[in-house]
Amino acid sequence: MSVTTSPRPSYDEKVAAAVGSGDAPAGAGGVSTSLTFGWRALLKIKHVPEQLLDVTMFPLMFILMFTYVFGGAIMGSPDGYLPYVVPGILVQTVVMITMYTAMTINNDIQKGVFDRIRALPVWRPSLLVGALLGDTLRYTMASVVILGVSLLMGYRAPGGVTGVVLAVLLLLAFCFSLSWLWTLLGLRLRTPESVMGVSMTVLFPLTFISNVFVPKESMPGWLQGVVTVNPVTHLVDATRGFMDGSPDMGAVATVLVMSGALVAVFGPLTMYVYNRKS
Amino acid sequence: MLQDSQPAGRRPGGEGQLAVETVGLVKTFGDNRAVDGIDLSIGQGGVHAVLGPNGAGKTTAIRVLATLIRPDGGTARVLGHDVVAEPARVRSLVSMTGQFASLDEDLTGQENLVLLGRLYGFSRQRAKERAHELLEAFDLSEAAGRQVKRYSGGMRRRIDIAGSIVVRPQLMFLDEPTTGLDPRSRNQVWAIVRALVAAGTTVVLTTQYLEEADQLADRITVIDHGRIIAEGTSGELKASVGSGAFHLRVADAGQRTTAADLLAARFGTEASLSSDPYALSFRLEDPSDVPAALLDLTGRGIGVAEYSMGQPNLDEVFLALTGHSTEESETPTASEDAGADEQKEVPVR
Ligand SMILES: Nc1ncnc2c1ncn2[C@@H]1O[C@H](COP(=O)(O)OP(=O)(O)O)[C@@H](O)[C@H]1O
Ligand SMILES: [Mg+2]
Repeated sequence: MSVTTSPRPSYDEKVAAAVGSGDAPAGAGGVSTSLTFGWRALLKIKHVPEQLLDVTMFPLMFILMFTYVFGGAIMGSPDGYLPYVVPGILVQTVVMITMYTAMTINNDIQKGVFDRIRALPVWRPSLLVGALLGDTLRYTMASVVILGVSLLMGYRAPGGVTGVVLAVLLLLAFCFSLSWLWTLLGLRLRTPESVMGVSMTVLFPLTFISNVFVPKESMPGWLQGVVTVNPVTHLVDATRGFMDGSPDMGAVATVLVMSGALVAVFGPLTMYVYNRKS
Repeated sequence: MLQDSQPAGRRPGGEGQLAVETVGLVKTFGDNRAVDGIDLSIGQGGVHAVLGPNGAGKTTAIRVLATLIRPDGGTARVLGHDVVAEPARVRSLVSMTGQFASLDEDLTGQENLVLLGRLYGFSRQRAKERAHELLEAFDLSEAAGRQVKRYSGGMRRRIDIAGSIVVRPQLMFLDEPTTGLDPRSRNQVWAIVRALVAAGTTVVLTTQYLEEADQLADRITVIDHGRIIAEGTSGELKASVGSGAFHLRVADAGQRTTAADLLAARFGTEASLSSDPYALSFRLEDPSDVPAALLDLTGRGIGVAEYSMGQPNLDEVFLALTGHSTEESETPTASEDAGADEQKEVPVR
């Protein structure tokens, strides 16, 4: 009783030829491998375009809802509210989607991709740097969606194109830095669900207890204290300053210092955990 | 801390080095000693199998050797490089295919291979060529543009292995490469392993399948509960159990009972009767009893339709070995002598 399971002879020959010709190249530098990982992020967007839904639908809903539902109550009319809320929602949206960094990494760990990559002879941080490059692209796309929609709604930035570009650049710099916190969480937490849970508990208060939607002066005194120390408030101040054509250099400096501090603390911490992850 | 001691008399350079050398390797998870003092010495060339049941510590040991996790005790050197002190050197010489698929499921097979090629430093053009070459050879051309999550189990295993040999490594770790595969896919994987060895790569594979170790491996290390319980060639392991098997089919089913009694007296062991009414088999202490046994049968007019002798299969070996309590008795060692020669051939199946 024999089962015919042997593959066609040509299979063995082809395999032998292909296996034998795996000559080793000289190796790739850190910049090159980081860009390659960035390319992977692009490919993922291409194959799973659904992941862009959050990035585009979220901001769209927020800006429409807040302007037309609450705008009249908050500032007399939707048109009057628009210049105030556009920079706020821009910041909120992009800060919110930084958590996808953690989701992506956590997913890679779950799927075993992470192990394969860590066993490769490449500059170790390049996986994270590449992922962050991909994320930065996502942030840019979200920013473009918000700005495009607000343009259609009649928003004209007093700061002009320069002001808007500067605002977006500062926002990207901050979010790139904040992402290192998420990479750390992505490495430490067990499942994508817990990542989602933790990030929501952090991000909702962080973006709502701020001056994103209403000036802090409208809040009770004790809450104003919280809003004042909230990093998002400073980011909104700086972004609003640029877009309103009256740059708030104090806020810009604060944001840059916070960004530097985030990278200085969470960068090395992330790499430490990354290297020792079991 | 781990010491990185350099034993005297080690030859420098990659060529004369052992592929894997561990001394007292330990890895614990909490108070679970997943790898509990393993001494391995694997030479270059050929296939070395690490055989053990689920939870034996195979994956953990391989992950330490591939520099994915750090050992908690002992030392491990891979191609002469300490896995803790020189992980980057180790990574440049070895590749590892995990027990579970480890490519990006969202990407196509082609994209995954190009990605890996780029990471190894191929030009975009060369990375594409190499990906094409491997996809073609592994019968994956048609699926090249399909997302890996839509691959079948066998295809996934092949694309996974292809990912590990975009640049052919000097040493390749394969963690349970055929678990859950159908026979055809399994044979395709075996063909890849044999081709790798022929091209000069040393393969260290883990398996739960005794047949796989028997078919592929030059040497086998049997582990259980994080410890080595036996080591040797397949023949040596079988010889250490000290018995073979004698299988017989009688011409007339009515004579099976008579034959069983007759041979039981001759061999001194009980017959085991299978559901096939013509068949019976014995565990055999000494193969030289067989000719006399056959004469016994013809002397009583019992027709023999066919007979065969086999080695004990590795299942029996493994049971015999793990039957010992590894804590109370000393580690059973495979005997280097004991008729390993006349038991060279692979059992007839
Ligand atoms: N990351 C981990 N955390 C905790 N325990 C683990 C981990 N990996 C493996 N183990 C435990 O270590 C032991 C050996 O597991 P493993 O090496 O996967 O065995 P095998 O690969 O032989 O099936 C098991 O008891 C398993 O539960
Ligand atoms: Mg395992």
